[in-house]
Amino acid sequence: MPRTVRDVVFVDGVRTPFGKAGPKGIYHETRADDLVVKAIRELLRRNPGLDPKKIDEVAIAATTQIGDQGLTLGRTAGILAGLPQSVPGYSIDRMCAGALTAVTTTAGSIAFGAYDAVIAGGVEHMGRHPMGEGVDPNPRFVSEKLVDESALFMGMTAENLHDRYPSITKLRADEYAVRSQEKAAKAYANGKIQADLVPISVRRTNPEGGETGWGLVTADEPMRPGTTLENLANLKTPFRVHGRVTAGNAAGLNDGATASIIASEDFARENGLPVKMRLVSYAFAGVEPEVMGYGPIPATEKALAKAGLSISDIGLFEINEAFAVQVLAFLEHYGIADDDARVNQYGGAIAFGHPLASSGVRLMTQLARQFEEQPHVRYGLTTMCVGFGMGATVIWENPHFEGDK
Amino acid sequence: MSTTAELLKQASDLFPDEVVTSAHVRHFDLPFGAGRFALITLDNGLDHTKPTTFGPASLANLNTAVDQVEKEAAEGAIVGVGITGKPFIFAVGADLKGVELLKEHEHALAIGKGGHEVFKRLSKLAVPTFAYYNGAAMGGGVEVGLHCSYRTVSKAIPAFSLPEVFLGLVPGWGGCTLLPNLIGADKAVSVIIENSLNQNRQLKGQQVFDLGIADAIFEGADFLEQSLIWTAQVLKGDITVERPAIDRGEAWDQAVAKGRFIADGKVHGAAPAAYRALDIIAAAKNGDLQQGFDAEDQALADLIMGGELRAGIYAFNLVQKRGKRPAGAPDKNLARPVTKVGVVGAGLMASQLALLFLRRLEVPVVLTDIDQERVDKGVAYVHAEIDKLLGKGRVNQDKANRLKALVTGVLDKAEGFADADFVIEAVFEEIGVKQQVFAEVEAVAPAHAILATNTSSLSVTEMASKLKHPERVVGFHFFNPVAVLPLLEIVRGEQTDDASLATAFAVAKKLKKTAVLVKDAPAFVVNRILTRFMGEIQNVIDEGTPVEVAEKAVEPLGLPMSPLVLLELVGPAIGLHVSETLHGAFPDRFKVSPNLKAVVEAGKRGFYVYDSGKPELDPEVAALLKQGDVVLTEEQVRARVLDAVAQEIGLMLDEGVVAEAQDIDLCLITGAGWPFHLGGITPYLDREGVSERVNGKKFLAPGVASVPA
Repeated sequence: MPRTVRDVVFVDGVRTPFGKAGPKGIYHETRADDLVVKAIRELLRRNPGLDPKKIDEVAIAATTQIGDQGLTLGRTAGILAGLPQSVPGYSIDRMCAGALTAVTTTAGSIAFGAYDAVIAGGVEHMGRHPMGEGVDPNPRFVSEKLVDESALFMGMTAENLHDRYPSITKLRADEYAVRSQEKAAKAYANGKIQADLVPISVRRTNPEGGETGWGLVTADEPMRPGTTLENLANLKTPFRVHGRVTAGNAAGLNDGATASIIASEDFARENGLPVKMRLVSYAFAGVEPEVMGYGPIPATEKALAKAGLSISDIGLFEINEAFAVQVLAFLEHYGIADDDARVNQYGGAIAFGHPLASSGVRLMTQLARQFEEQPHVRYGLTTMCVGFGMGATVIWENPHFEGDK
Repeated sequence: MSTTAELLKQASDLFPDEVVTSAHVRHFDLPFGAGRFALITLDNGLDHTKPTTFGPASLANLNTAVDQVEKEAAEGAIVGVGITGKPFIFAVGADLKGVELLKEHEHALAIGKGGHEVFKRLSKLAVPTFAYYNGAAMGGGVEVGLHCSYRTVSKAIPAFSLPEVFLGLVPGWGGCTLLPNLIGADKAVSVIIENSLNQNRQLKGQQVFDLGIADAIFEGADFLEQSLIWTAQVLKGDITVERPAIDRGEAWDQAVAKGRFIADGKVHGAAPAAYRALDIIAAAKNGDLQQGFDAEDQALADLIMGGELRAGIYAFNLVQKRGKRPAGAPDKNLARPVTKVGVVGAGLMASQLALLFLRRLEVPVVLTDIDQERVDKGVAYVHAEIDKLLGKGRVNQDKANRLKALVTGVLDKAEGFADADFVIEAVFEEIGVKQQVFAEVEAVAPAHAILATNTSSLSVTEMASKLKHPERVVGFHFFNPVAVLPLLEIVRGEQTDDASLATAFAVAKKLKKTAVLVKDAPAFVVNRILTRFMGEIQNVIDEGTPVEVAEKAVEPLGLPMSPLVLLELVGPAIGLHVSETLHGAFPDRFKVSPNLKAVVEAGKRGFYVYDSGKPELDPEVAALLKQGDVVLTEEQVRARVLDAVAQEIGLMLDEGVVAEAQDIDLCLITGAGWPFHLGGITPYLDREGVSERVNGKKFLAPGVASVPA
């Protein structure tokens, strides 16, 4: 049969406020599935033009797919969110790039013609599911030296990346981190973030975390506005003695969920849905697991090549800030200044937090807002590093683009 | 507010074992920049199986929380106050255990006032207040929300009610006064009177909203989030809550009259709670809330010190607790699995039993009878009933298919019962017939199979006596209509062993019946008491008291129906048959009424005709009656009947028919529908002095179903 590849668009995205993992965190007594369910429900409320019966797939990512993140989350979350039983769902795992992969995988299916519209998102409750929970690495990784022993410890891989880029000092990383906090605070002050947040009711029964009873979360918990270089200078470097990676220049351990609507452009327009971004290309790439933070560079190379674009065509960047060094390595590779105005305009994961498999859609939601505000920009990209040595990049076109005026 | 705090402190000293509910106060910013908000969470710290209640210490905690938010509101530190519950539970009202302990009118009054004083403060804060009914809400739980400015309700709420009248109280923490002022008297009467008196019917979230009790409704998945967003919009003025005007004219009086009609129909003036509630609703017409609250305090205190409430709580606990853990049942681990059921007989009773076993056990059920036509008719009845369930949406098509496939009928018992674990007979009520049936079943059923009989009056021991294995015979006595009345009298024959009995109890539990262990004594419990009761009514009629006097004599008990209407429901022939059986066993106490015999022989189905819409003595029956010349007053009749019942129960306890008087009451409540305000019957006999007059002692210790000494 004849087949036409269809344009795929990012219709809308929302997320829960991100929390700090652990007993005092806002989500300590909140289930992971409930977080993503509430995000899906908000998405549907915001987009009444999308008839839930027409949703072809619910793809939800989580890194640790057990307990409240198990049980084929995409399916169970759909039922819990009140979607019709006829809507199927599945789970996705590519660690930090889970939600991003949920988007690209379903986008591929939309382009192919298998779906018209989907929900794609992710959740990670690192308080309930610490990184590495229940893992059982094959002993051959070590015995056959398939990977360096540091590969499983993300902080160590970040130290390794500093080694690869000796010019990226701890000071540069700290300076980057301070700017991320500043930009995030400014974005909050200007109301750029709140509009895409889903308020979440949270229960606390242990007074150690603060007032007990039900509360409502409407803002990210990890933010540290007003952070200075002095604050960061003396933080411990837990991954290496006299190292460079600290809690201050890396994303924390976080809880949160995201959800987005991805659709064919025709479907979106026929159903009166917003078209916030148009998918141009995407790519994933592998690198040595012990320098996983290098991953965005080859992934971006591939994605640019597929799109027939060069880095100079990209007007806005949303780079996940797992570690400052990983962002700086990317910028240094492409000759972009550390404080380039096109990069992470609202700040990044160092300020907001990085609940692993959920973060990809946060990047997209923020890029979509920036596209809307900056119609002179034609292309933007979202990129992130991924555990065990990978990178993931999606290039987007701004539907609001008004030409080179 | 120190007086409130002192009041509650004193009350809590009387109730040291209270499961205390905390009132957590948590602050946060509302969305849309609506401002700082304080949310109170009611939480007893236990999971949803232990719902949150209000005892005095719990109220004191809420009072302290209100102290805090009152101050913050006055200082302008917050823009609103909300109140909600732990997951799945909002709050289910006063802690009844605390109510049972109260001995003094003034303490009872303090409970009413204490609740009012605390809840009322929520309506007097400097900022608006919001109740978020997130889960089950009953009684005082509903009422705390009624004192708030606004309410939201979750669509997922399974149970919302003001059940006080059902138990023998009034909604006395504001319910009687505030609810009619919020939604009008007519709807308030439905909630407070009608639902309570209809087996404590519960409202679901949608109904709470439709009635106008809640101003907004949201789905369960993000109920609290949406409620708080709505709150922010209300506070910012983006949403204006509009409530329909209340008709304070004639409609109000009509609603109260309707309530009295409903109450009369259910309790016939015999229990005060509904009438006290209606008096307060009637007075609430003028909108004077404080006057209403004062009347509620007084009503609560009077009712708490009255026997009807104590009997009501006792009855409630019997049904809820003793009904679920039958006294004297053997270790449940002895029970054998039941994977296939046989039913001997395919008549109406047998078919009803087949349907019940099928629906609850979901195992193959085989009907047998003496000819194919009867078998086919039995199976067809079950299929038709399943289709009715399907039509009503009670089962889906798959379940209907499954159930239909599970029921079969065969002529050959060997074919039907060879692998049955439980065979119940519902054949003609004649000992020889039943012995024959059991002998046939024993010949073909597995050695472990339970042989159960639905006999209402024959001896289980005698029925088993000719079997090789009499130890597996149990009585399994249902009450008509089988699907409606919860009671199942489980009869232990002299040789019945523990494993068979345990299996019978396990099956009863799966059937969702209230099982009571009964000794193999003539007519067991309910039929024996009802027959003695009816027999005494019949005796006084036979002796010369007019039928209407005899009938009216027991009206003050508030039974579900008059004795002769009950006789009509049971069928005069069956009534006669049971009285003959009991006459055979206890000839000095149970007479066979010649008048009843004449009525049965004349083929009459009852004493009354209903041509005028009301029961009137059938002239044909009147012509049959041969009465003496001893005419008693209503009081005299009542005394004779109650004395007879008290004597019979005393004898039954002496004989060990059941373990305790509590089992008698449980049987009468669940098998005969005798009302809560009588506590079955023994609390009433105790409180009216009948027990001491007849037996020289009370059935129950003071405090069990009465105000403690």
